[in-house]
Amino acid sequence: MRSIKLRKSLPVHTLLVLVGIAFLAPFAWMLLTSLKSLEEISTFPLTIWPEVFHWSNYKDVFDIIPFARYFLNTLLVTLASVVGQLFAAPLVAYSITKIEWSGRKWIFPIVIATMLLPFQVTMIPIYMIFKDMGLTGSYWPLIIPTFTGAPLYIFLLRQFFMSIPDAIIQAARIDGASESRIYVTMILPLCRPALAAVAIFTFLYTWSDFMGPLLYLNKADMYTLTLGLQAFLAEHYTEWGLLMAASALFTLPLIIMFFFAQKQFIEGITLTGIKG
Amino acid sequence: MKKKTWIGLAFASPWLLGFLAFTLYPLLASFYYSFTSFNIFQSPEFIGFANYTELMGDDLFWKSVKNTLYLTAVSTPINLFFSLLIALLLNTKIRGLSIYRTVYYIPTIVPLAATSLLWMWILNPQYGLLNDMLRMVGISGPNWLADPGLSKFSLVLMGLWASGNVMIIFLASLQEVPQSLYESSQIDGANKWRQFWSITIPTISPIILFQLIMQVINNLQYFTQAYFVVSSSALNMPGSGGPENSLLMYAMYLYHNAFIYFKMGKASAMAWILFIIAGIITWLIFRSSKKWVTYGGE
Repeated sequence: MRSIKLRKSLPVHTLLVLVGIAFLAPFAWMLLTSLKSLEEISTFPLTIWPEVFHWSNYKDVFDIIPFARYFLNTLLVTLASVVGQLFAAPLVAYSITKIEWSGRKWIFPIVIATMLLPFQVTMIPIYMIFKDMGLTGSYWPLIIPTFTGAPLYIFLLRQFFMSIPDAIIQAARIDGASESRIYVTMILPLCRPALAAVAIFTFLYTWSDFMGPLLYLNKADMYTLTLGLQAFLAEHYTEWGLLMAASALFTLPLIIMFFFAQKQFIEGITLTGIKG
Repeated sequence: MKKKTWIGLAFASPWLLGFLAFTLYPLLASFYYSFTSFNIFQSPEFIGFANYTELMGDDLFWKSVKNTLYLTAVSTPINLFFSLLIALLLNTKIRGLSIYRTVYYIPTIVPLAATSLLWMWILNPQYGLLNDMLRMVGISGPNWLADPGLSKFSLVLMGLWASGNVMIIFLASLQEVPQSLYESSQIDGANKWRQFWSITIPTISPIILFQLIMQVINNLQYFTQAYFVVSSSALNMPGSGGPENSLLMYAMYLYHNAFIYFKMGKASAMAWILFIIAGIITWLIFRSSKKWVTYGGE
């Protein structure tokens, strides 16, 4: 029985493994290149495995660009954005799912519509708003909008809130609990998994964001990692060992996070993707 | 007003303020700016349709339109098809599903900046991994990103590597197709191929529609990867669009106009043209969806 099953699934497994290799090979190539010297990279024939492990590439990244500084800058903006989304998105989602008021039926379609609005359409006026406030060149233009809740996360939390039965909220209201009390003591703890997904997505998005920092950050010591990487590329575009080491260091925190929070990740994506 | 209304408003207020300040006002303001001559340092001056007529005669504008439409038209279907194929493979009740899923998803976590760097290196004409592999089988590989005829296709390839989100969404929706539908059609003697077209595709068609629209809109805003590739070429200078401007994407040219040439009015006109193009394409997809999307009652 077992062997029949195995024989049937063997072709599928072979195919899946081959696809897996194709997906992982570029990633492995990043790590292998990051351990090679400049000479080894530019001699024929190409080597797969580094002749000597050139760990100094990783050290050099910190010397050539202020990597540690960029890392901390990125972390600051990212954590502030996570706080912003966790503050705003569930409030709005609660308002449109659990409070019976006449305006709520208007909000959800608009939230969906803004999800489809290209960023470039509002980019210039938003830039002018922050410029008139004297905030360009600071992190505020990257952080302030997160405190208004991104449409995608409001959408995700709405999907989750719909699964919470109204009866338990109704019971608490009859007991005389205020909406803010219900929200803080009942709803927020209940939707912890969904909040985790919002936090993870915000982290991933902000950590990787290029356009926002490109628009607003003009002083080199305030750069985030994406901007630092781009500046690095423009100057050292042949030193692939260093570039790959910098890329690997840049990616590492996200990979670690993914392995710890894989479940929330997959569930969160599924929640935004399938239940309309 | 009723007390409920006040409470509802209070809870929704972060979004409401954000919508007014960062969506509605900017939307109207950029419409007004598009009829003005305007740089960062001087206030807008009304000039009628001049920005729009200037764009119509601007070769680079048309180049960026063509590049972006090409990328969207090629990348979107390939990406959706590939993601669906992988999701179908994973949906065969195979052992080790979660391991495969993790492996296929990892590239999607890599930030676009790092993805761009990595693929620029893999596609390097001399020392890149891909051309080296081609050399082993006796093919002399092309210049990929430096070749105006292939540069955009190289970006499509890059996008395929990081298509994990759509894949996971398709997989989850495939898993939700009721098993009973397959069982009863099996009794009716339908083969796998028939089942795929008469059960699987109709059931997940609303999800395909949503992903199609999101992909198109994202591709119309394509920016980061092209910007990175252009940053490294020997021609690197402000306002560059890659080999023969083959990588000058719409969002990139808009950015150049606004923040390198300081033609904010012209850039705003581009923004509104993008808004209208995105709107028309979305509307057309929705219209066509009546023919191919099935909404099953729950």
